[in-house]
Amino acid sequence: MHSGIESPPGVWWKPAHRAEKLWVAVAFGWCMVLFAMMPFWHLKGGQNPSGVRHTVDPQAFMARTQEFINSYQVGTEGGIPVVEPPAGSDIYLIGLMWSWRPVLRLQRGAQYTLHLSSLDVNHGFGLLPLNINFQVVPGYDYGLRVTPTEVGDFRIVCNEFCGIGHHLMVGRVIVVDGPAGGAPGAGGTP
Amino acid sequence: MNTFRTCPVTGLKVHAQADGLIKANAVVATVALLVGGIAAILVLLTRWQVVHLLPANWFYRLLTIHGMTMLIFFILFFEMAILYFASAVLLNSRVATPRLGWASFWLMVVGAVMVEWNMFAGKADVLFTSYVPLKANSWYYLGVILFAVGALLVVCIFFGTLVVAKREKTYTGSVPLVTFGAATAAIIAVITLGHGAAIYIPTYLWSLGLIKSVDAELYRLVWWGLGHSSQQINVAAMVSVWYLLGALTIGSVVLNEKVSRSAFVLYVLFISMASAHHLLVDPGFGPAWKVWNTSYAMYLAVLASMVHGFTVPAGLELGQRLRGLTKGLFEWLRKAPWDDPAFSSMIFSIIIFGFVGGITGVTFGTEQINIIAHNTLRVPGHFHATVVAGTALAFMGLTYYVIPLIFRKQVAFWPLAKIQPYLFAGGMLLFSVAMTFAGTFGVPRRHYDISFSQAPFDVEFSPAVDLVMAITAIGGLLAAVGGGIYILVTVWSVFFGKPLELGGKRV
Repeated sequence: MHSGIESPPGVWWKPAHRAEKLWVAVAFGWCMVLFAMMPFWHLKGGQNPSGVRHTVDPQAFMARTQEFINSYQVGTEGGIPVVEPPAGSDIYLIGLMWSWRPVLRLQRGAQYTLHLSSLDVNHGFGLLPLNINFQVVPGYDYGLRVTPTEVGDFRIVCNEFCGIGHHLMVGRVIVVDGPAGGAPGAGGTP
Repeated sequence: MNTFRTCPVTGLKVHAQADGLIKANAVVATVALLVGGIAAILVLLTRWQVVHLLPANWFYRLLTIHGMTMLIFFILFFEMAILYFASAVLLNSRVATPRLGWASFWLMVVGAVMVEWNMFAGKADVLFTSYVPLKANSWYYLGVILFAVGALLVVCIFFGTLVVAKREKTYTGSVPLVTFGAATAAIIAVITLGHGAAIYIPTYLWSLGLIKSVDAELYRLVWWGLGHSSQQINVAAMVSVWYLLGALTIGSVVLNEKVSRSAFVLYVLFISMASAHHLLVDPGFGPAWKVWNTSYAMYLAVLASMVHGFTVPAGLELGQRLRGLTKGLFEWLRKAPWDDPAFSSMIFSIIIFGFVGGITGVTFGTEQINIIAHNTLRVPGHFHATVVAGTALAFMGLTYYVIPLIFRKQVAFWPLAKIQPYLFAGGMLLFSVAMTFAGTFGVPRRHYDISFSQAPFDVEFSPAVDLVMAITAIGGLLAAVGGGIYILVTVWSVFFGKPLELGGKRV
């Protein structure tokens, strides 16, 4: 036998020992299980990050969000508008150095399409305490279908470095019991 | 120029230029480790909210410095030394073009100093990833480009040396497995540095105002072709170092060249797809693309690591058994040289890389789990297990051989050196696991203040977060002590150590 720092003598393309063959087979089988789980869980799982994806001009996204705020604003909190959109609507959230706009008031059990984008640099959408995270990229509209399943007062932190005020960037989502009650859907972001 | 000496321990013929180039690269790598290590301690003591040491601007600055200095400068300078070792030294050959080797070395040093200068001056507070449109000073990007060009030239010299050795018949048959593994690392380095050029050159031009914009999502795609693939250079180099240290410490054998070499080839073929898992919760890509690419095309690169995870320990066992340690199942392991820091480093590197780093990494790389892991502390928890407890620890172990074999000095402070891998590995293990747990509570990575004391809305984490963050700090400080001992031992041995006479001590 020789070590890894010596040139192997003669022809080294030899059949492997039984134990090695067995291990390679087991490892390969396991890799196939992992691989099969990916599409399987994509189809069967309750939460997928796919959503609706478009490129978008930041100014256009800004205008759309402003229109959204104007239509459904119910108040202001710390200078940030509070918006209560109807169930089933398209809702917008902007990441901008260093705040999330607007504050969203949603109904439990209702489905929304949440559009995320940034007007400046990359931001990270991190919903706490649920721990649900998405990348927010300027120039891209990330439309996620969401159904809030729990009533509560949630926070959105920024978890992608976006400059010196990164750690000050906290937004808010409030989920209330809807007028119709609404059946709790499966998962947060189908 | 072509003078050789014969190594008294291994009997290898060592080219004087290879000697010099290995020494220079190893010394600069250690300097980088010191700078990055000091930054690490300061960052750690800031994230630990009990101390919260630095102001915000210096926290982000030192986090940038820590990332670049460790992940790029320390690791790559060390890998350049490994490339010279695995080509010229292991093949008894001369270095193909030593003058170009020195030119590339200095190019890399100049690039690294430019980058460091800009970071310390506060002109590049963009963190390691420098996602556009965050903008650094143009000189920062130029420094990265110069460094990468230097590294690419060294990779070319490595291939050149393989050709020279083959033509001058300095070895018979095929190259040794370790050289083969280093060659796969070098091939992955070419792919990686290609991605680096493809993204840093446009970004440099953009910083000069010559290009209007660089698409933020395209940047993330191509940048991770550099950012993650460079970790795959580390994996291939680290596995090669496992085989190398196995051979040097206890004379481990290669079970089957075909199996081990095929596994290395799998890295080359499939691992560059791995960068896609950084984009799992990005808006730019569809589910089919994400599923195929993040599974490394059917996990064939994971298969490679699983194969090495079997063949390396099995080679160690067989080597020990061939020397008569055959009693029971574990005599070979019990009677292994546990007080040899090179051996213990290798073993801890294998275990922590595989069981902590590998498992966490493959887990996050699925669409759904990534939603609860992306940009949380689970991510740095994972890569400190792979690249620090895995790669850096294996390289530390190798250093205990580089000192006597290349610098021809006795390892100083031997009793300290013996415990160094235990401290470093134990600390890093605590650190990685605790950080991963913190991430499961949603604690963000790269964040100055998770008490959110100045934020418009209060944020409350589970009280368990305080505990795991404290364990993270303790683990990190323990690892820092281990790292400090490593630097003390290497610097002292190299500059003030006793020269090693023929034979010398058993290492």
